[in-house]
Order: sequence, then structure tokens, then C-alpha cells
Amino acid sequence: MNDTVENKVEERRNFLKTGAVVAAATVAPGVLMYGVAHSRAPEEAASGNVRWGMLIDSSKCGDGCNDCVTACNTENGLSGETGPQDTQYIRKLDIKDLRNGRVHSLPMLCQHCENPPCVDVCPTGASMKRADGIVLVDRHICIGCRYCMMACPYKARSFVHEPLTDQNPEVPRGKGCVESCTFCVQRVDRDENPACVDACNSNGHMAMLFGDLNDPQSPVSLAMQTQPSTEVRADLRLNTGVRYQGI
Amino acid sequence: MANENCINQQECKPTQFWALLGLGGLVVLSSLYAFFTLEHHGHVLTGMNNQIVWGLPHVFAVFLIVAASGVLNVASIGSVFGKKLYKARAPLSGMLALSMLAGGLAVLVLDLGRPDRLVVAMTYYNFKSIFAWNMIFYNGFFAIVGLYLITLMDRNLKSYSTTVGFIAFLWRIALTTATGSIFGFLVARVGYNSALMAPMFIIMSFAYGLAVFLLVQTVMYKWNNLALDERILIRMKNLLGVFIAASLYFTVVFHLTNLYFAKQWEFERFILLEGGVYTMVFWIGQIIIGGILPLLLLFSPGARHSTGMVMVAALLVILGGMSQMFVTIVGGQAYPLVLFPGYQESSTFYDGVINTYTPTIWEYMLGMGGVGIAFVLTVIAVRAFKFLPQDDFKALETDDA
Amino acid sequence: MARLANWLRLAAMMVVSAMLAVTTFSAAAGVDLPKLEKGKGDKCVEDTQYMRKNHMDLLKHQRDDTMRRGIRTTKHSLKQCVECHASSNTGSVASSKEDFCAACHSYASVKLDCWDCHATKPGVKPIKQGSTGQTSNARSTLSSSPLLASGMNGGVK
Repeated sequence: MNDTVENKVEERRNFLKTGAVVAAATVAPGVLMYGVAHSRAPEEAASGNVRWGMLIDSSKCGDGCNDCVTACNTENGLSGETGPQDTQYIRKLDIKDLRNGRVHSLPMLCQHCENPPCVDVCPTGASMKRADGIVLVDRHICIGCRYCMMACPYKARSFVHEPLTDQNPEVPRGKGCVESCTFCVQRVDRDENPACVDACNSNGHMAMLFGDLNDPQSPVSLAMQTQPSTEVRADLRLNTGVRYQGI
Repeated sequence: MANENCINQQECKPTQFWALLGLGGLVVLSSLYAFFTLEHHGHVLTGMNNQIVWGLPHVFAVFLIVAASGVLNVASIGSVFGKKLYKARAPLSGMLALSMLAGGLAVLVLDLGRPDRLVVAMTYYNFKSIFAWNMIFYNGFFAIVGLYLITLMDRNLKSYSTTVGFIAFLWRIALTTATGSIFGFLVARVGYNSALMAPMFIIMSFAYGLAVFLLVQTVMYKWNNLALDERILIRMKNLLGVFIAASLYFTVVFHLTNLYFAKQWEFERFILLEGGVYTMVFWIGQIIIGGILPLLLLFSPGARHSTGMVMVAALLVILGGMSQMFVTIVGGQAYPLVLFPGYQESSTFYDGVINTYTPTIWEYMLGMGGVGIAFVLTVIAVRAFKFLPQDDFKALETDDA
Repeated sequence: MARLANWLRLAAMMVVSAMLAVTTFSAAAGVDLPKLEKGKGDKCVEDTQYMRKNHMDLLKHQRDDTMRRGIRTTKHSLKQCVECHASSNTGSVASSKEDFCAACHSYASVKLDCWDCHATKPGVKPIKQGSTGQTSNARSTLSSSPLLASGMNGGVK
């Protein structure tokens, strides 16, 4: 019995591999735009050679624009309500320099740290960092202790306070677990941008760049090479995957 | 008549025993009701939210756990440091430690978002997490103190009690270090983030544990129409006084350190001056009720002869302990995370504002359940076994010398 | 008096075992076996008997592969189960007692907590927008291969 199953899987894998090669060959120019390294076959695990990251230019971020938040809510099936118990993966943060009154508006989300405190403190290992640097909550083993919420310096996490129904099939979420921005991992795994980035691009602000920080030729790396960028709470040395410009 | 009110002798009338058990049982039942309600509807019914993620249940749970490790100190002084007076109290101390830890842990578990996954918590360990280490320490505590109790109460195993007692002592120091470090290791929050948390929790556990012990001991003596020997009373009350003073000292050092660091000023201003309920609970609850008043009571001339005064002081220390946990746990979260120092922050996600917390009845029920469990276990244990301290007064004299 | 108590105990035990026997026999006879709606397509991804016995292990294995390592093959994914087995009436695998997952699991009285988080209904098919960057086109070409036809759906947009 097991033999046949494995054979089938093997067969299927081979088929997929050839399929992937053929598909890649036909659209090779498009693939090259983002670098071949990113296209990953479904059966291929996330690679440690990649580190997904984001560069946010607060000077381009529209004051009062909330498109990234709305797109995030739609993609992840969040209610969009903003009560104290409601989930928010991404929020627009308005900051004002107390010395000179200069104001900035910027999206704040999980910073996908290289050394994430949430992962360190999680008793079961539900809070985890994927090989490609995306910090996630494995809801299968999250016990809902909320210690990660205590530990996160960015207030990036929310707790699901109520039973949920009609979730997005690609974004399972439910009562009693902690959750946060996943960089839209379901989209990233098929080589798309996170929903917030696409929303920001399509409204013309282009304030958010997403890509592989390990690839010196990726747009996000190139932008970081030409202009200075900052980490939020750099003093903590968490080496965040999300960087900001213009603050 | 004398027997009528006893609860630790098999032959006495059981009315009081059942009444106490019923009372404790009701509290436990109500917390179970709260648990099932929350399990069904989710934490939406509580006052906890994405800002105040740990609320009243954690205040009760952490207090019980810290006091549980502290109450074992009475046994440790006997077994490890060889004081006869305390050795006679070792069984009661060990039993109280176990029942309070059970109560505290129960609350912690019942408040989980997924309490049904307790097995996961026991089978998946992230060893970098101090929280995971706590689970190991809690479970080990049950085993070691359980064993310790057996060696204390079984004649044949009595010779092992010193060794096991020593292990139990080391274990409880590790446990409270880990509990304090749950907060101490929180790198991002100004209210925690201090190595002082671990030793401060240990010294506070001494005070809270001894206070609980004195309270239970006094009640047990009263019910048996026995009078606690004055020498014992004086020594134990003085020890409590020392622990309270040490707790106050640590509190002062903790806040002085913060006051010296410019980046911590705003937090200190919040806790010490402008924090509303947290400021009030800090000064009135933790400092006055939990520190200064009991110190005055314990070291006033009358306390040498008055079990009543010592008992009131012990009660105040417990109240102060709950206040301290409230200020530490909830107050520490009420003060917002600072993402951009030097900037004013605002968002839809409650950035830059003092977070509000209004606990609902469910949280009280859950938290009191922990106290209820500890109480019920104690009542049963005291009834079923001889936990009343058996003092050897001759030995006490040599102890004095 | 003691003898009477013994008789009573024996009688009670007999009643209980009789009740147990009745339920077991009727179950063995398949009196109320759940009737399962046939899924989409010719056959399941594995042999039916194999699936009956091992679906939970396949799912758990896939769950960790996908969640922790980002492996997104669809053959043994829960989402793929839902795709094929959603009821034609309710559109779901677990919203009524007759639905595929719920039928068996309520019969065997094995509690599931998949649906606390996972959707019980298939996602809406993706609408090609073409504005999601060029590489995504590469991936959608791939997903239009017959094997993956229903694999990579984009979820609710």
C-alpha cells in the first residue's frame, strides 16, 4: 500500500518538476525581472538563501491613505474593526516629532525580525521564523498564552477573542490563537507581493517595496543601497526585515 | 467542646469541615463556570484585549505561584538551615506550597486561549523560552515537594528529608527566578526588562509565602483551641518583618534605577505620579498596605503577645502582594510601547495612549478559582493528615542558644 | 440484605452490558453508517480504504510541511479535501451533519478542531488580474497545467 502511494507521489513530483521547467522557460523574461531564485516549485521548501523584507518610504506614504490596511483586511479576512479586541495586522501610525513638530505617517506591521523576541519567548515553538525570514504563528500548536504579545516591541500581534467563521481558505484563523502579519505568505509563495504592497503600488504611492534582502540586485536591496534606511527600535538589535526611509 | 471546632482531627464533628469545603467548592465551581463560558465565547467577554493581554487571572495566578514557592521557605529554613522551630512546620509548609501552586497553575491554564491544548504545552518545548522552563519547574516542583512531603511524614524515610529538602530549596529558587524572569526577560517593555525582577520576585515570595503560612497557622491553632508559643510567634513575625523590609528595599532600588535612566522617566512618572489607578494601587496597596503598615504592626510593642496583630499584618502583606502583582503585570502593560522615542504616536491600534483595563466578572471568577482550589486542597489535606505543627519545646530552647 | 445488594448489582451490570451490546451490534451491522456524498472527480488522491485509515496522518504531515517549510503541494492539503468534498447542498464539508467530514466524525464521535480556523468551504476561483507582477504570471501558467487545475486558487479577492 505504502509503496504505491510513494510511487504516485514520486511520479507526481517528476511531472511537476518538468512542468515547472517548461513553464519557467516559456516566461523566462518575466521570471528574470525578479530573479530566478524566487520562483519556487510547490514541493520545494522555503530557502534560507532568501530573506524577505520590506522597505517603506514614509515620505511617499499618503497622509490619510489607508489602502494598505484595507487590502490587508480583505486578503486576510479581517473584520476591519478597530476596537481594543479586534485584530490588526497592519496599521497606519502617525508620529509627530516632539522637538520640531514634524509629522510622518507610516504603515506599521510585523517587522519580521531576524532575532524575533516573539519566537524566543513562545513556550511551544508555535511562534516561528520560516527559513526565508517570515515570522509566523503555527496555530496548530499555539496555546494562546499571549506571551509573544508581551514580548513584541512593535505591538504587531493580536489575539483572536471570538469564534470566527467564513475564513479565507488561504488564511486560516480562529479563536484563542495569536496572529500577526504574515507578509501574506500565501501570496509570497506564489511569487506575488503582499497585499499591502500591491495596494500601495496600484494607488500610485509606491511607498512600499517588497523583495529579497539577500539578493543585492532586488529592487528593495538596490533602494536600500542608495538611500539610508532605519530600523524601528534599532537599539534592540533585532535586525528587522522591515526598514523605513524618510523618518 | 474543644473538639467541635477542630478540622485536623479525624474524630471531631465534620460540620465545619463540610462548610469550609462547600464554600471553597462553590468558588471553584464558579470559576469552572467562568472557564466554560470563556471557552465557548472566547476572551471577548473579558476586559483583556490586544493591549492588556494579561489581566486579573494572571495577577491571581502569578501571586499564587510566587507565594507557593515562598511558603516552602518555612520548610527550607528547617531542613536546610536546621532550625527546629521551622522543621516542625515543614509538612504544613510543603503542603501549602503544593496546593497554592496547583491553584495558580489552574488559573494560568484556564485562561489560555486554547486550554484544550494543554497536552501541546506539555509536549512541545521551546527551550529558549523562559515560559517553557517555568512549565518544567512547575511540574518538577510538584514531584520534588511531593517527595519531600513523603520523606517528612514517613518515619522510615525521615533521614532523606534533609537531602530532598535541600533539592526542593534549590528548585524553588530556580522556579521563582524563572517566574520573575518571565517579566525580566521582556526586552521591549520599559516596565519590565530588568535583571532585578528575578531576585525581587524571590524576596517578595519570601514575604508573601510567610504571610500565607502565618495566616493558615494562626487559623489552625485557633480552631484547635491552641495558643501559639510566644517565642515562636515573635521569631516568625520578626522574620516576616525582615522579608517585608527587603521587598520594600528591592522596590526602591528598582524604581531608583529607572529614575536614573532618562529613557525610563516617562514610565516612572506614570507609575509613581500620573497613572491613576496604578499609581494609587502602587502607593496605597503595595507600599502602605503591603509594606509600611504591616511593618508598623509587626514591630509595635503589642505584637509580641498578639497573634491577632500578626495575623492582620499577614493579611495586609497578602493584599499588598496582590497590589504589587497588579501594578507589575497590568500597570506594566497599561503604559504603551514606545516605538519612536521622542515622537508622539497615534493610530487605530492604541499606539501612544495609556491603555485602559476594566476587568469583568469572569476574570474575577477565574482568578478567585485559583484561591478556591488552594483553599479546598488545604482544607482536605489538613483534615486527612496531621499538618498541625508539633513543637518540641526543649529543642526550641537549644535552638535559641 | 447483603445478598439483595449483590443481586441488584448483578442486575444493573446485566442491563448495562445489554445496552452496550445492542449499540455495538447495530453499529457492526451498519444500521446507521453515515452516507457520504461522492466527491468531485473519479477518485480520491489515494485509495479510499487508505484514506479512511490514514487521512489524519497525511493531513498532519502536510500541515507541518506547509506551515513550517512553505511546501505548498496540494495533493494532501486540507484545502484540496475541501475543494473536492464540499457538499453540493451546503457548499461545505462540515456545516451540516450530512457533510463529508462532519458525517463520519460525528458517527465516530471524534472531535475535530480543524474548522475553528480553516474554512469549510472552497475558495472563490481567482479572477485573473494581470497586475500582480510578472512572475505571478509565471506561476499562474504553471497552475493552469491540468494537474494543478484546482490547486492554486487565489482565495477570496
